Amino acid sequence: VTVNLTLVLTAAVLVGCGTVLMLERSLTRVLVGVILLSNGVNLVLLLSGGSAGPAPLVDKSDPDAPTTDPLPQALMLTAIVITLGTTAFLLAMAYRRWQLSGLDEVQDDVEDALVARLARADEPSDTFAPSHDEDPDRDPDMAPDKGPAGSRDRVGDENGGDAP
Amino acid sequence: VNVLVPLPVLLPLLGAALTLVLGRAPVAQRVISVGALLGVVAVSATLMVQTELEGPQAIWIGGWPEPLGIALVADRLAAVMLLISSIVTLGVLVYSIGQGMVDDAESAPLSVYHPSFLVLTAGVSNAFLAGDLFNLFVSFEMLLFASYVLLTLGGTESRVRAGTIYVVVNVLSSMLFLAAIAMVYAATGSLNLAQLSVRLQDVPEPVTLVLQLMLLLTFGIKAAIFPLSAWLPDSYPTAPAPVTAVFAGLLTKVGVYAMLRVQTLLFPDSPLTELLLVVALATMLVGILGAISQSDIKRLLSFTLVSHIGYMVMGVALATPAGVAGAIFYVVHHITIQTTLFLVAGLIEHRTGSTSLLRLGGVARLSPLLAVLFFVPAMNLAGIPPFSGFLGKVGLTSAAIELGTPLAYTLVAGGMVTSLLTLYAVTKAWSLAFWRTPAEAHETAQAMRREGAVDADRQASDVTADDNEDDLYQLIERDALPRRRPRTMLGATSGLLAVSIALSVLAGPLFGYADRASRDLIDRDPYVTAVLPEELR
Repeated sequence: VTVNLTLVLTAAVLVGCGTVLMLERSLTRVLVGVILLSNGVNLVLLLSGGSAGPAPLVDKSDPDAPTTDPLPQALMLTAIVITLGTTAFLLAMAYRRWQLSGLDEVQDDVEDALVARLARADEPSDTFAPSHDEDPDRDPDMAPDKGPAGSRDRVGDENGGDAP
Repeated sequence: VNVLVPLPVLLPLLGAALTLVLGRAPVAQRVISVGALLGVVAVSATLMVQTELEGPQAIWIGGWPEPLGIALVADRLAAVMLLISSIVTLGVLVYSIGQGMVDDAESAPLSVYHPSFLVLTAGVSNAFLAGDLFNLFVSFEMLLFASYVLLTLGGTESRVRAGTIYVVVNVLSSMLFLAAIAMVYAATGSLNLAQLSVRLQDVPEPVTLVLQLMLLLTFGIKAAIFPLSAWLPDSYPTAPAPVTAVFAGLLTKVGVYAMLRVQTLLFPDSPLTELLLVVALATMLVGILGAISQSDIKRLLSFTLVSHIGYMVMGVALATPAGVAGAIFYVVHHITIQTTLFLVAGLIEHRTGSTSLLRLGGVARLSPLLAVLFFVPAMNLAGIPPFSGFLGKVGLTSAAIELGTPLAYTLVAGGMVTSLLTLYAVTKAWSLAFWRTPAEAHETAQAMRREGAVDADRQASDVTADDNEDDLYQLIERDALPRRRPRTMLGATSGLLAVSIALSVLAGPLFGYADRASRDLIDRDPYVTAVLPEELR
């Protein structure tokens, strides 16, 4: 398979940006991450068809001419449609979340919340990471609000979203 | 050409279309869904007999020349998975009809329940029948989309919270799968599983290793194998009971099935036994330790689900006929058991308003039938002798001893420990929820509340259920328990319990069948011969 370097790099950048955005706390950013990631992966699918050539269905004059492989394009179309559906659903969920709580954030999962509660009820043990705590002042070692680590506080905390 | 093969996908899809149109006629919806699923059960049973007598059945859809169309293949493994999954979905459907979830809540658009449920069934069937990787991807998307809808049914806060994580995790795994598909296509120029099994032999080993790891990673997320399992116990318990039950029974097993298929058909020479065994051990132990620390039945069951996936991965990892047979038997056993247990948890919630072990007590006196319905599958899950759980574990253990490496022996020990800890977890749930008196439960909870230790439970139930503040004792004192007689729900649960007991009684023939299925898988020839025409093999 011959591969187009520009497309490879574009796909890599898209997938990289998508991954970083997906690790964010804000659901809108996650959504943008999903879109970028899926575009990157679709490019990878396109790449798997090899080098570009004339359209396989249009040019029938020379049956031996090297045409583009149509299958990856068909796969891409399917993947694009599926991503469209996923995006719509995620948007609806983000809207519903905002309707219910006025926030656009992914909350802590139950287990995290439980562990944090238990840890707070006891004396904080050595393994207890105070970044889970609602009160950032408790641990002076940890600089508050440095990217994802700082934004791991529970929802409701003003420090939560590290909004720009 | 066998026209029966596409029917397990077509019937539920047609049913879904009809039920969507008939959204305002709940009775018609129920009749159509039950009819469609009954049809799937009948077709699957026929397919199972046919594959047993005539070998794998294949059909090429789309009318293209042979390697270009979409192949649907039913071999022994696919047929048994189809049959057990359709029986279980039928049971859950009847249960949910009994629960009246279609009628009760006025605010939510619950007319989508039946269509989504049927699309989920179609997706699961399609995944079992898929003869090429992209079709497998499409079936994953079908069942995932239906599951997104079912998981966030009603759009309450806790469900939207859980649904968000679930959707994002699954989108990520779909993207990985898509990238893996692109790589496979770039490396071989085909996506058909049978053709791949021929062509991958000519691909250099480092490339196949990358492909294999990508696919395993994807299916590992679906199957909730340890480092990739954190999404499961978080998202499952918030959904309505029948939804959780069908998810727990089927969705993770689709991942295990895909793993089994890909490992045996595409990468027979590179079983990655050590890696998978280590992962299986970690899944078992981490899962069950999580289960022990839970104070809510649904969450406890979710963690045991993760833990027992480890047993199936262990069978897949061994990659011997006995190991694969053990995995197949265990999958069939686990689908029924885990679904039944989640349905029982739903019944407990229906009867008492809670599944928290800190609020329940004396349910055995309240409803002896419920106690039996919980006790038998719980013992089965833990692997107490005459039941199928014990037999499945025996099969896997003897397969591991047959392999005889130190790691395999470690896995045997890990399996035993997990089994014992499962017993501990379910007996704890049993004695707390069913055996002690409600007054005892009340006093313990009061004492814990005085010490401030009950905070954590409150937090959990805030997120997992929107039940009221009173515990069972107070409800009984005030005579405020709902007087409901959920006959259909009890009937459906008992039916599934009967199926699981039948699996124990018929374990001999079933193990024989699993053995033949696993020999087919490892031999690969029956599958390839059934799918590909002569010149492509």
